[in-house]
Amino acid sequence: MDERAERLLKAWETPTGWRYWSAVNNSEVGLWYTLTAFVFFLFGGVLALIMRIQLAIPENNWLTPEQYNQVFTMHGSVMMFLFAVPILEAVSIMLLPQMMGARDLPFPRLSAYGFWCFLIGGIFVCGSLFFGVGPRGGWFMYPPMTTQYQTDVGPDIWLLGLSFIEVASIAAAVELIVGVLKCRPPGMRLNLIPLYAWYILVVAVMILFAFPPLIAGDLLMELERALDWPFFDADRGGDPMLWQHLFWIFGHPEVYIVFLPSIALVATIVPTFAKTPMAGYSWIVLAAVGTGFLSFGLWVHHMFTTGLPGMTIGIFSAASEAVAIPTGIQIFCFIATLLIGRVTKSVALLFVLAGLVTFIIGGLTGVMVAIAPFDYQAHDTYFIVGHLHYVLVGGTIFPLVAGFYYYYPFVTGKQLSERLGTVAFWLMLVGFNVTFFPMHLTGLIGMPRRVYTYPSGMGFEIPNMISSVGAGVLGLGFLVLLWDVLRPKGKQPLVPRNVWNAGTLEWSAQVPDKPWGIRSIPIISTRYPIWEQENLLADIDAGRFYLPDAEEGLRETLVTSTVDAEPMQCLRVPGPTFLTFFAALFTGGVFIFSTYHWWIAASISALLSFGAIVTWLWTGTALIPEKEEKYIGLGLMLPTYVSGPSAVGWWAMFITMLGDMTAFVSLVFGYFFYWTIDETFPPAQFDGRAVVGPGILWPLVSVGFVFAAWVTVLIARSTNNSNRSLLYYGSLIGSIALSVLSALAMFWGPFMRGMDPTHHVYSASVCVLVLWAVVHLVVGIVMLIYCGARRMAGRMDGIHNADIVNVTLFWHFLVLTIAITGLVISLFPLVA
Amino acid sequence: MMTYGTKQHDESDPKPIRKSLWWIALAPSIWAIHFLACYLTVAIWCEKVSSYGSDRLLWLICIYSVVAIAGIAIVGWLSFRNFRRHDPPVPYDFDDPHDRTNFLGFTAFLLALLSGIATLFTMLVFLFVRSCD
Repeated sequence: MDERAERLLKAWETPTGWRYWSAVNNSEVGLWYTLTAFVFFLFGGVLALIMRIQLAIPENNWLTPEQYNQVFTMHGSVMMFLFAVPILEAVSIMLLPQMMGARDLPFPRLSAYGFWCFLIGGIFVCGSLFFGVGPRGGWFMYPPMTTQYQTDVGPDIWLLGLSFIEVASIAAAVELIVGVLKCRPPGMRLNLIPLYAWYILVVAVMILFAFPPLIAGDLLMELERALDWPFFDADRGGDPMLWQHLFWIFGHPEVYIVFLPSIALVATIVPTFAKTPMAGYSWIVLAAVGTGFLSFGLWVHHMFTTGLPGMTIGIFSAASEAVAIPTGIQIFCFIATLLIGRVTKSVALLFVLAGLVTFIIGGLTGVMVAIAPFDYQAHDTYFIVGHLHYVLVGGTIFPLVAGFYYYYPFVTGKQLSERLGTVAFWLMLVGFNVTFFPMHLTGLIGMPRRVYTYPSGMGFEIPNMISSVGAGVLGLGFLVLLWDVLRPKGKQPLVPRNVWNAGTLEWSAQVPDKPWGIRSIPIISTRYPIWEQENLLADIDAGRFYLPDAEEGLRETLVTSTVDAEPMQCLRVPGPTFLTFFAALFTGGVFIFSTYHWWIAASISALLSFGAIVTWLWTGTALIPEKEEKYIGLGLMLPTYVSGPSAVGWWAMFITMLGDMTAFVSLVFGYFFYWTIDETFPPAQFDGRAVVGPGILWPLVSVGFVFAAWVTVLIARSTNNSNRSLLYYGSLIGSIALSVLSALAMFWGPFMRGMDPTHHVYSASVCVLVLWAVVHLVVGIVMLIYCGARRMAGRMDGIHNADIVNVTLFWHFLVLTIAITGLVISLFPLVA
Repeated sequence: MMTYGTKQHDESDPKPIRKSLWWIALAPSIWAIHFLACYLTVAIWCEKVSSYGSDRLLWLICIYSVVAIAGIAIVGWLSFRNFRRHDPPVPYDFDDPHDRTNFLGFTAFLLALLSGIATLFTMLVFLFVRSCD
């Protein structure tokens, strides 16, 4: 190994001993993430077996109804929130940088923070089951059952625990979007990026628009449970249907959010075993993007039986049929590729094929239930249980197991046994079909879902017994897989490099792999570089491409342009730290203590979390480099510091704020939703008291102040850039003062007029918008103080201005949020 | 080695929108806006003004749909012009670095077709189902 390689290795060294847990590198975090998600999967699987034991015979009293409700609620919630979504993030964090020849993702510490949030939240939610206080309202937690009839701590654990994990998902989405768009190797234009990256880009964008409505819903439900704000209480003008809308605006795209990343694995595995590039690349991109969009037009098909207008049902039914078009197209592309290639047999490919067949069956029953009259019959029966498991197991689990077999050598350098794999395959395939196919019939003869037992003599006995036997076989299949993964492999030789003879860049990794990601970052000009670019591996290994060295001992990767991947920046990424762990621990404390209404502990935890996050930002982001430009090899000098739209930090802020705006729009949607269902909104009187609003004046005053504050923020940015310090600090102080006035005015309207958020849903929906606005103003103020301190400490100047530029971006969204809030709550009652 | 010089990827000429990533999201976005507009219009119509009858609603939806389909058609046509002079895109379509614009055009064209179909699906519902019940 030459000197350059040694320096590079030193910079990317994985910490050892107990410090190992301070690692933030994508390969470590991705591995922990994957293993944790897999453990939760096994936990969810055990819960499923418990249910099948309970349902094997009629009138069984092995579990009480109470226990059964907790078990099925946790099975669904664990599989969706603690396995299906996190595993996509986990696998992507592990693979994506390697597929794109990047050293790491742009925000390694954010990935680590997300992982720790996920671990802490997951243990908290699962742990509740062992104390008999688990949530028991189903994975969709419909009110009023979960608000008025389950007053124990279970729903709070679900709402707060899973909201906490959703934060981790959004963090991963930010990371993955910026990763795909900005951290590709030079030359990897949009038409050359691995299909996996296309899918992940689409999924990450979907997360950004799908999860915030659920977070907004969680907020509303928690406000009702903790403070009695009547969002879902029909007696006080509320409506449980709003929860269903918000939940399924999340819940249906969610199905595709878990399906697309797995199908992305299929798109990666198929060409390798067909020994030919994927046919119809553009068609698959069409399918990914098309599905991503259409999946947002399907949510009401979960609500066909709630009495919505016929035309509404019609358009959602039509969209549910339309989504079958892109979904089908990608499957035809896979089949075409297998037909034109020379297929070699392997366990990974077997699972891919099982996944496709199973998913097609699930897709076809999906087309059946998308037709409203059929859905009226099948709704809430075991037919749906059969349908959704064919979709999710075929579309997600089987491809993931395929990915497990395919990428196991990539991670460990050892191969899983093809013989044990074949046994596991047949056990799983047979077990799965024996379990779930009869459920369609059980459902059609009338067995409802979510019942802890059933009477004998109704024809349910035999299909239920078959399903339970099948579940045992399926479980056995996973046991074989687990044994194959865990069995000692000390004597087994390491696999050769690129063991499957694949064409994508992640297989350029050496065996055993080095922590640097890739020896030097290559120039890419094909879709399957290892197959199609001569001498690629030798040139990478010899360090003949970009960034073959780490002269300063810093971790570095390349930032390139979005469409054509032209090199733009040499990005320094931060190294190991425990800060992210503590930040996650304390953030978790806020959610967990709030569940039990331990407000003092929650407040202390919030302060500590704030301290940890600010320390993390202060010491690890937007650092002024020791030199402005750096030679990265092949005659190219690149800047080491950029700000504005070419910087990854700017994109992260932009993307985060898109998600934030989506949550806000969901709350505004709630306000107008109540307007549509109420005869008079706001009502003049309710329950013998006048219903008061915030008035016209004060919300508009607040909007005026925030506009003035926004203008002074713009002045602050420009005076910082021109290094006029006094004016800069002056305008910062001005904008902080104006923001405080804006927050006070926003609060003053409802306060002065004596609005009582528990009185009527109108009051509650105004107060929640005001609450949202004020909290955002406070965050905006904190950011401005931070920018002042940065310049004062010499960590920001006219050129190195990323902090103030990103904060200004936040402010663009903030001013929009306050303006919409102020205008809606003050003026809409006049025209309603 | 080094047949791929840096010249190939460091040229930064200004790009019209048809050469940017946003372009492929345009047609599906038009579908999304049309879909949302239809959904919200029906929701409000059926709750607040259903006494007016469904004929006026149908006119409203027709206006939305004509505008949306015209928009999608324009995006589709412009995208078609981006790739039509090139080799037929099967089976390994546009896998040369220089095909980037053709690829974006072709993908945007396919997405315009899909969006057009999905928009028609939405519109047809109003022709077949004319009731709030």
